Amino acid sequence: MSNNDRRGFLAASAGLGLVAIAPGVHLMQVAQARPAGEPASKLQRWGMLVDTTKCASGCTACVSACATENGINEQVADPRQAAQWIRKIDIKDPKNGRQHSLPMMCQHCAEPPCVDVCPTGASMKRADGIVLVDRHICIGCRYCMMACPYKARSFVHQPLTQQNPEVPRGLGCVESCTLCVHRVDKGQKPACVEACPEGAMLFGDLEDPNSDIARRIAQTATTQVRADLKLNTGVRYQGI
Amino acid sequence: MRRAVTLFLLGVLPWLTFSAWAGDGVPKPTIVIANEGKCIAPTEEMRRNHMDMLKHQRDETMRKGVRGKPASLNGCIECHAGKSTGSVIGKDHFCESCHSYAAVKLDCWDCHQPKAGFKAAGVKP
Ligand code: SF4
Ligand code: SF4
Repeated sequence: MSNNDRRGFLAASAGLGLVAIAPGVHLMQVAQARPAGEPASKLQRWGMLVDTTKCASGCTACVSACATENGINEQVADPRQAAQWIRKIDIKDPKNGRQHSLPMMCQHCAEPPCVDVCPTGASMKRADGIVLVDRHICIGCRYCMMACPYKARSFVHQPLTQQNPEVPRGLGCVESCTLCVHRVDKGQKPACVEACPEGAMLFGDLEDPNSDIARRIAQTATTQVRADLKLNTGVRYQGI
Repeated sequence: MRRAVTLFLLGVLPWLTFSAWAGDGVPKPTIVIANEGKCIAPTEEMRRNHMDMLKHQRDETMRKGVRGKPASLNGCIECHAGKSTGSVIGKDHFCESCHSYAAVKLDCWDCHQPKAGFKAAGVKP
């Protein structure tokens, strides 16, 4: 962990130098496939902004799109074992009756507790802020599921055969929203963002001051769910 | 464990290459390659080193986000999937035929899709 921090710090300082020399560099990186052979960069941080004032109660377009994109198609014996990549939540303030509907998924924390507790290093944060499970070394202990304050992770309890070739997932490993990392790396948006009929979800680079998402966050009141935990989430909400 | 597997493979595969020495009566794996001649490296090199190439690339891609490099598992499947099932596993198919012959267990396919061009359907609400 401390090793990662140090590496992160070095990368960040190198990054700052780059930005100062070439301020336009960010603009060119947004919404473009990363060239083959290049690693994800610390200069970017992928995030999402959900406008809950637009999100319709009862609509599950984002959930279905996620299931299709990521090959979540297994029938589970017990509904408590179902995959939890993204789910819709309806909330109501009992004091004044104000209601909201919102999608909840991995918040891609900058300080992810799931990464802190993982005994093997399988739960990891990529340089560009996407939090993933490296299934090659996940031992299925499920510590990360308990550590996640957003109940964003689930465990695969049965053998799978219908995976999407770009989204490997299987028995004995924990999984969660990948921010559609395979799409993002190709310069595409996550499936849920693309599918939302209300345009309630905005995806982009939080580090790029000229991106739509960074501008919206700079101009309007947005919320991090459980901001008190100081996890610095990459998924933000508007209107709650 | 992985070291043991690698050492074992290093021991077994050169022998496979020259298995003509074994003479008749020794069963050999049938290795059918659907799209021959497009491999990223010569056969001898692939036989000895494919596990290291794949493992190296797996970590680069998974942990650092490096995409589009030649040693990609999906890339292998594209050419090596059997014509009858479109898969690299199953009897006589590329990965499984040799691995079951050499008694090296593969768990890639617990998570990875062994069929070329497979399109998953989603069913969640
Ligand atoms: S939301 Fe949960 S799974 Fe996602 S990064 Fe934060 S702690 Fe980890
Ligand atoms: S289940 Fe896997 S990813 Fe989660 S803490 Fe355990 S080893 Fe790490």
